[in-house]
Amino acid sequence: MDNNTNNKNLYIVRCGEVALKGMNKPYFERILLERVKGALRVYQDAEAKWKEGLMLVRVTDSDGKAIRRIANVFGVASVSPAVETGRDMDEISQAACEYMMDIVNREGIKTFKVKAKRADKSFLVESPDISRIVGAAILKYCKVLKVDVHKPDCELYVDVRREATYIFRDKIKGFGGLPLGTNGRGLILMSGGIDSPVAAFMMAKRGMTIEAVHFHSYPYTSQRARQKVEDLCRVLAGYMGTIRMYIINLLPIQEQIVMNCPEDETTLLVRRFMMRIAEQVAVRNNCMMLITGEDLGQVASQTAEALVVTDKVVDMPVMRPLIAMDKIDIMDKAREIGTYDLSILPYEDCCTVFLPKHPVTKPKLRNIERSESALDVEALVNAAVDSLEVVDITPQ
Amino acid sequence: MIYLDNSSTTRQYDEVTQLMYDVAMNTFGNPSSLHALGYEASNVLKEARERTARCFPAGGEIFFNSGGTEGDNTALVSACRKMKRRGKRIITTAVEHPAILEVCKQLVQDGYIVEKLPVDSTACICTDDLRSALTEDTVIVSVMSVNNEVGTIEPVLACNDIVRAFNEQHGTGILFHTDAVQAFSKLDLRGLPCDMISVSGHKFHGPKGVGALYVKRGTNIGPFVNGGGQESGMRSGTENLPGVAGLGLACEMSCAGLEDKMRRMAEVNDYLRNGLLSELPDVLMNGPEEQGLTYADAGKRCPGVLNLSFLGTRGEVLLHTIEQDGIYVSTGSACHSHKTGDSYVLTAMGRTHKEIEGAIRFSFNEFQTVQDMDFVIDKVTQAVRRFRKLGSFR
Repeated sequence: MDNNTNNKNLYIVRCGEVALKGMNKPYFERILLERVKGALRVYQDAEAKWKEGLMLVRVTDSDGKAIRRIANVFGVASVSPAVETGRDMDEISQAACEYMMDIVNREGIKTFKVKAKRADKSFLVESPDISRIVGAAILKYCKVLKVDVHKPDCELYVDVRREATYIFRDKIKGFGGLPLGTNGRGLILMSGGIDSPVAAFMMAKRGMTIEAVHFHSYPYTSQRARQKVEDLCRVLAGYMGTIRMYIINLLPIQEQIVMNCPEDETTLLVRRFMMRIAEQVAVRNNCMMLITGEDLGQVASQTAEALVVTDKVVDMPVMRPLIAMDKIDIMDKAREIGTYDLSILPYEDCCTVFLPKHPVTKPKLRNIERSESALDVEALVNAAVDSLEVVDITPQ
Repeated sequence: MIYLDNSSTTRQYDEVTQLMYDVAMNTFGNPSSLHALGYEASNVLKEARERTARCFPAGGEIFFNSGGTEGDNTALVSACRKMKRRGKRIITTAVEHPAILEVCKQLVQDGYIVEKLPVDSTACICTDDLRSALTEDTVIVSVMSVNNEVGTIEPVLACNDIVRAFNEQHGTGILFHTDAVQAFSKLDLRGLPCDMISVSGHKFHGPKGVGALYVKRGTNIGPFVNGGGQESGMRSGTENLPGVAGLGLACEMSCAGLEDKMRRMAEVNDYLRNGLLSELPDVLMNGPEEQGLTYADAGKRCPGVLNLSFLGTRGEVLLHTIEQDGIYVSTGSACHSHKTGDSYVLTAMGRTHKEIEGAIRFSFNEFQTVQDMDFVIDKVTQAVRRFRKLGSFR
């Protein structure tokens, strides 16, 4: 232990599913440790290590955001600011008393309860006894406090481990999931709406590295619409690090479709081109699957029939993490991750530019393919892929 | 680059930029300070005021402020506050800038009654409407000089006469204000008999964030921004000296040779209009056809603006298309393009949604030539044809 350890804040980090892994557990634990360290790189003195199935993080929290930064790492189930003490009952009681006194002074709480846990069964005092002894000490030390086992103002946790005891109070929930980079690489079709950023987030939360492709229709859409998508990626980058974004103008293809194909199929035909182009981009950049924010039945192009027709043009798996969610839940999730307010800015995206009055909702593959035969699909796709622009979006 | 969005803002004259730089570098004193640096600064301020005043009617004072919006706010709010015992009625037009309309909205909440005069299909108000709207409890009438979206010259002179006659007849003290933000450096303001006139520097190649309110001597209004008593107590706050100096010079430069400049601008305007109308069918003129060069030409169009609806297109798409050729225009009014919804000015003129959707405003500066317009006609024509063929379904 180095000298300034005592000045640093201590955080206990619990992992969610990583703990359930079998043979691969060391791998996931190593990656998670790296991710947490990465998230704390802004602090000069952050240390993190695994100890008895808990991750212990010590850092001088210079901007008051350390806990949020840790909780935002995918794979983290919860975080608790804690104090460390020895394994002597007097020492534990003393530390607990001081900890509670501090809370009493700051928050004026009236009631409390102690919940002790003895992870090390060789510790001679059993959990209920630890609770009782520590509780009695606190009652004596903080005269204003009373015990309330049902609805206490503060629950104090005492966790006795092999090498030390940890005292803490709150458990700040993380997003759970799996550490980033443990589950391949996917390409999200990012529109600027509410859904696609949420879809990207949910896949990243399962450990997938994310790249993004954005289609625009300049001059039918404006630079502000594109800026909005970049801003959305920047919010996501706060969770998953730099995001590579491929930007493609779809207007030449839309023009061909509008001039040569039936109006009511426009949206669907455009979707099919987006999927084809996205697959090409994915293959060239080592992404193994596509991700969309589609949600069953939300709009005409997302009916079951329409999804079958769009899926037909790609070989790659297409992940649709929102497929069975209700819009209102997607909106809540977007608010939670901080993309909602950006998503609702009123700029046109390429999906709304050539919106037919009555789009087909139950398309037949045969009809769609017949309409498409009026176009030189391969040439259009290649031209679009060749025209792409690459931007790396770094976190703020 | 052909910048045809001069009603939104203009490029500063190089001379103005240079002067502002010099003032910022060398005359940084506070005009209110007693020492030599302050004295020098107060001289710069004095010169700027004289330069500005020469472009306004004699017999009034110039108060520098932060621009057109502040001028409009000051005129309305201060007049209402000063005359709150006289009445609670304001008369304005349906096509004013939001700097007037939004203040009116707020005054309505304070119990004022706001009468908005309607406009005809060319965005011009009817003086008879003003005559019948005037009452003894009216405190102020505010009529814009030139409409910012379509360029209509409003009958400011006639309205002013009507208010004056009403005042004489009824012994009232109704004030008359005009928002001349779009008129300054297009129409000669010197003969204008209004009580208050607001202008904004950046519309005539001056700096942004600085403007002036002209108040005729003897007009009884109080300050809007209070504090250290600068600008004779009418507008407190340490003067934005580089800005004010720049404004003074921009006034002088933009009003020099005004008549010739306007004649040329009218020619360029007509050339563009005729060119587009002869190349393209289904183009609708928004605003009066005939151009006018003075306040006496009420109901005509200021040469600074040309607003056309290209039916079957979307203005926004045209804007983004021709910007790729270095041509900059606006759809409706720039202050609105970040809000969704139709222009309220075009709506008040009776235009339909489809007509408004295809509207483009070209607004000119004194440097543009007929030759420049050939390129614009060519590019706009191409863009319109392309998108008419393609369309969008809505």
